[in-house]
Amino acid sequence: MEFVTNFLTADIRTATPLLLAALGLVFSERAGIVNIGTEGIMLIGALLGSVGAHVFAAPFMGALFAVLGGALAGYVFAFFTVTLRGNQIVVGTAFNIFALGLTTTLNRLLLAGVKSIPGYRTLAVPGLSRLPALGPILFRWSLPVYLAFLLAPLCWFALYKTNTGLKIRGVGEHPKASDTLGINVFRVRYGVLIFAGMMAGLAGSFVSMGQASTFIENMVAGKGFMAVAVCVFGNYSPLGVMLAALLFGATDALKYRLLPVVGGGYSQFLNMLPYVITVLALCVFAKRSNKPAASGVAYRKE
Amino acid sequence: MTECILRMRQITKRFGEVIANSEVNLDVEKGEAHALLGENGAGKSTLMNCLYGMYDSYEGEIYFDGKLERVSDPKRAIALGIGMVHQHFMLIPVLTVVENVVLGLKDNKELLDLRGAADKFERLGKKYNMVIDPWARVETLSVGQQQRVEILKALYRDARLLILDEPTAVLTPGEIEGLFEMIAALKNEGRTVIFISHKLNEIMRVCDRCTVLRQGRVEATVRVDEVRDREHLAALMVGREVELQTVKAPCQPGEERLVVEHLAALNDLGLPAVRDMSFAIRGGEILGICGVDGNGQSEMVQCLTGLRRTTGGRILIGGKDATGYSVRQILREGLSHIPEDRHKFGMIGAMNIEENFILVSYREELYSRRGLLNWRWIGKHSASLVDSYNVKTPTAKEEAKNLSGGNQQKMVVARELDRGPKLLIAVHPSRGLDIGATKYIQSQIIKQRDNGAAVMMVSTELDELMELSDRILVMYEGENMGVLTQGEATREKLGALMAGIRARPGA
Amino acid sequence: MGINVKKGLRSVGFPLLSILVALFLGGIILALMGYDVGAAYASQFKGAFGDANAIGETMVQMVPLIFCALSYAVAYRCGLINLGAEGQLYIGAILGALVGARVQGLPPAAHILLCLVAGFVGGGLMGCLVGALKTRFGASELITTIMLNYIAMEFVAWCVNNVPFKDLTPGAAPRMPAVLASARLPIILPGTRLHLGIVLAVVGIAGYYFFMWRTTRGYEMRVIGMNQNAGRYSGMNIRANSVLAMTIAGGYAGLAGVTQIIGLQFFLTEGFSNNFGFSGIAVALLGSCHPVGIGVSAILFGALNAGGNKMQLLASVPAASIYMIQGMIILFAISRELFLWFGKGGGRVLALARRPAKDGGGA
Repeated sequence: MEFVTNFLTADIRTATPLLLAALGLVFSERAGIVNIGTEGIMLIGALLGSVGAHVFAAPFMGALFAVLGGALAGYVFAFFTVTLRGNQIVVGTAFNIFALGLTTTLNRLLLAGVKSIPGYRTLAVPGLSRLPALGPILFRWSLPVYLAFLLAPLCWFALYKTNTGLKIRGVGEHPKASDTLGINVFRVRYGVLIFAGMMAGLAGSFVSMGQASTFIENMVAGKGFMAVAVCVFGNYSPLGVMLAALLFGATDALKYRLLPVVGGGYSQFLNMLPYVITVLALCVFAKRSNKPAASGVAYRKE
Repeated sequence: MTECILRMRQITKRFGEVIANSEVNLDVEKGEAHALLGENGAGKSTLMNCLYGMYDSYEGEIYFDGKLERVSDPKRAIALGIGMVHQHFMLIPVLTVVENVVLGLKDNKELLDLRGAADKFERLGKKYNMVIDPWARVETLSVGQQQRVEILKALYRDARLLILDEPTAVLTPGEIEGLFEMIAALKNEGRTVIFISHKLNEIMRVCDRCTVLRQGRVEATVRVDEVRDREHLAALMVGREVELQTVKAPCQPGEERLVVEHLAALNDLGLPAVRDMSFAIRGGEILGICGVDGNGQSEMVQCLTGLRRTTGGRILIGGKDATGYSVRQILREGLSHIPEDRHKFGMIGAMNIEENFILVSYREELYSRRGLLNWRWIGKHSASLVDSYNVKTPTAKEEAKNLSGGNQQKMVVARELDRGPKLLIAVHPSRGLDIGATKYIQSQIIKQRDNGAAVMMVSTELDELMELSDRILVMYEGENMGVLTQGEATREKLGALMAGIRARPGA
Repeated sequence: MGINVKKGLRSVGFPLLSILVALFLGGIILALMGYDVGAAYASQFKGAFGDANAIGETMVQMVPLIFCALSYAVAYRCGLINLGAEGQLYIGAILGALVGARVQGLPPAAHILLCLVAGFVGGGLMGCLVGALKTRFGASELITTIMLNYIAMEFVAWCVNNVPFKDLTPGAAPRMPAVLASARLPIILPGTRLHLGIVLAVVGIAGYYFFMWRTTRGYEMRVIGMNQNAGRYSGMNIRANSVLAMTIAGGYAGLAGVTQIIGLQFFLTEGFSNNFGFSGIAVALLGSCHPVGIGVSAILFGALNAGGNKMQLLASVPAASIYMIQGMIILFAISRELFLWFGKGGGRVLALARRPAKDGGGA
């Protein structure tokens, strides 16, 4: 029983940043933007979260910093990809390189000698958290975790049942048709990219303030790219993304379970697991169908 | 004088250096069906796109309901009560009909009421006798049904002025009748229709007045019922007296070059697109393939050129069984292929003319040796091709995307015909070209036939087919509806076959 | 001829502007952080061009940058995006280091050649895998290349820490054994660390040009890269070309790794690549994937890297800060229109930021 509890808590802990970032990505991808700059934005979120939490000695300020930083990064990304129509992959790559430089430099400047920062506090749900087994798995988490898993169904509803969601899907599939119906393609794409940036920023803050309690250079280590993979794997649907993130989390949790079995000499191969799973998942699900028709293509009005 | 719902004054629209519309004046009366007549590239669509706010800048003034309006985006146009059915439908294939209908509506609540919208849409459909399932995904509908969705979408927004851009190009004769009835019904309600077309007979049937555009300028506006002389209208459209039939020597058929037996193939969705197709083409003759777009012509051509797998039947080229051959193997049998969409298949815009010229022959002798390209020879040869096929360009080093459409097509034609084909497959060889380029390319195709090549020409233009073909095969839903000789073929007979009505059983 | 040298040079002219803007903005950021920008850039310049040693350092940095840029460029020409140079580089380095250390008794020329081949094969296999996954399963190379980067780095970590690959010398840090003297590239500028690799890199550029613009195979790849349908229409094998392009791309990245080992480090350690795989992308983009452009922009990025180390030493500005400048250079290099708009006045830029220009491209 304890094994299952430990496994599932590890799973959810790993899945949370992936899910947060991927929920944002679902919207931007559905609007036709490929954002591999998520990696860099998460890194910025991780740093800003740490800085905010450290300076104000309050995790809430860390989250605020991270979300605002993410929103700004999303806005800049939109400026380069939507307004200037830069290649989305190239802009994403540039973002990642820039973010690596920025966060490393800022870390040495602002967090030099800081051993640990105030991380997200666990908020146990009164009563429910005392339930045997279920309590620790479902009701003893910090705010971002609850938020991630509550947002998944909400995002699903927003995407499929609301006017805004319909506009987003329309813009991603056929921007010109959406334009002829009076929808401002550029505004929609700016909006989703800013939202995706906020989510990535929050996800990054969870990496530094929820999982580690400190900032380490380049600590996101591919989680942003994995969020992109989760988005593909979850078939660009908020609920699918939730399941995909949990599956990825499970491979990570499995790693710690397997470590004693295979022995320390092979830990590197266990570290490869999530990446290998990502590649395999892509191979199996590459041809699933919700990928928008205008994905990756900048819209140019005549 | 009747009240004008729309007046456009001195409209000029430029794209960079190119002037698409020049000082156009257009008056459209309330409740009329007004035709915009003109050749491809005459600026009809551009003018209407200005009106619909597709461009954010134009010169000139637009008065709608007597008020000066600046239509800088479609939102404004929709608010004014203008609706437009574009030539390429503006529908989102993976969404349902009702989602397409409500998409972008100004008064949508944030929480969508699709059920209510579907009810309203169905009532609207019943009123105009166009019933369509609102919950169907658009991609599952036929082209004709999609057009009805487009029209209803505009009416759902209560369009008082409806622009139809070349609406009949994708319809069968039967569906065209339905569309014409619809236009009449809209007029009865006091709505106004602008009907873009280059087909005179259609305009004579449904329109009250007609404005002729040529090279971006207005040539004339006339009342259709006052037109005595159709030829005069046609001459206004093309800018000179319409030439008589292309001169063509009598057909001297040789041996069978291409034999197709019971060919079958699927389309991209996995549905049957070509069924039990059989025919033969001899050297020295042109077989026209006639049919409404989307009746399996593209898939059949792709089978014959090795781009699509066949699911049944045989293809013989020069007596050899070529079923299942790769593109490269078929090219080796002496095929030249003028593809249906030159931008998609036939050329590489970012490459220069030389690099485009070698696209099909780069592995052959003279072009290359042991895997190394012989640029010196290619350069010389390209210069001579540019010359002999009248491709207008400063040099053969110009990037292909900088050429005009007609010159791009000449470049493709030069490349393909330079191979001295035994079998030529030309798909819509003159689509979107002006009269001069069209005539030139047609004459080149006839020259190949006279040199003994077997020619298959796919087109949707009846005039072109009837002029050039020695025989015409009509395709309908992937089947061979019958083959008519040039002498037998009339518009009426072809039209019936195109609609799937067989002339006589077993023909 | 399919390529225009003048055009290649002209394509460098514009990016110069983006470099200046990036340096300017980078300076502002550093100043805001409280660093002495003047000292930082002065030491940067000194470290890159100050003396023979500095110039040698710059050229040393250019070697892996050029190979990684070529890696990106080859794939790009065939319509693929290779973000996996970093991983391919590591695998090439492992194979090269193995051959360099374990194969004995060869004359230097042969041993070096064998190491280079091993490096090319190592990176090439990684690239080939990506190409195969793409053509066989449709797995986007964007993500597979990135994932393979992490897999390769974990594999390096395993190699340097475990038998049979780790260096068994007592007291040695985690690393693979040193390559033998016969496998080491000769120094070509005495008194500096500049090794023969720079010559190999230039040969690599020439090979890229020759292959892409002079051979039928290269022509096929370029056609496919620009218009895949046209490739199908003329009977080219898209899959085979994609796999081959990714293999060559991986091979180039592998050469970046192996030249670094046999020319400079002699030992393979964890994290020895100074983010070359990604900086290489920047080099390729700044040079428009043009042979001349890649050469010229590699000088710039080599100088940034070499100067960055000096900057950390003299002005105590973290060397990582040059990544900020690199990132901005890419952003500005692809945003030609940004500068055009600034030319027309700032107000218009702001207006356009809300709703982009619509008259730029025509129909």
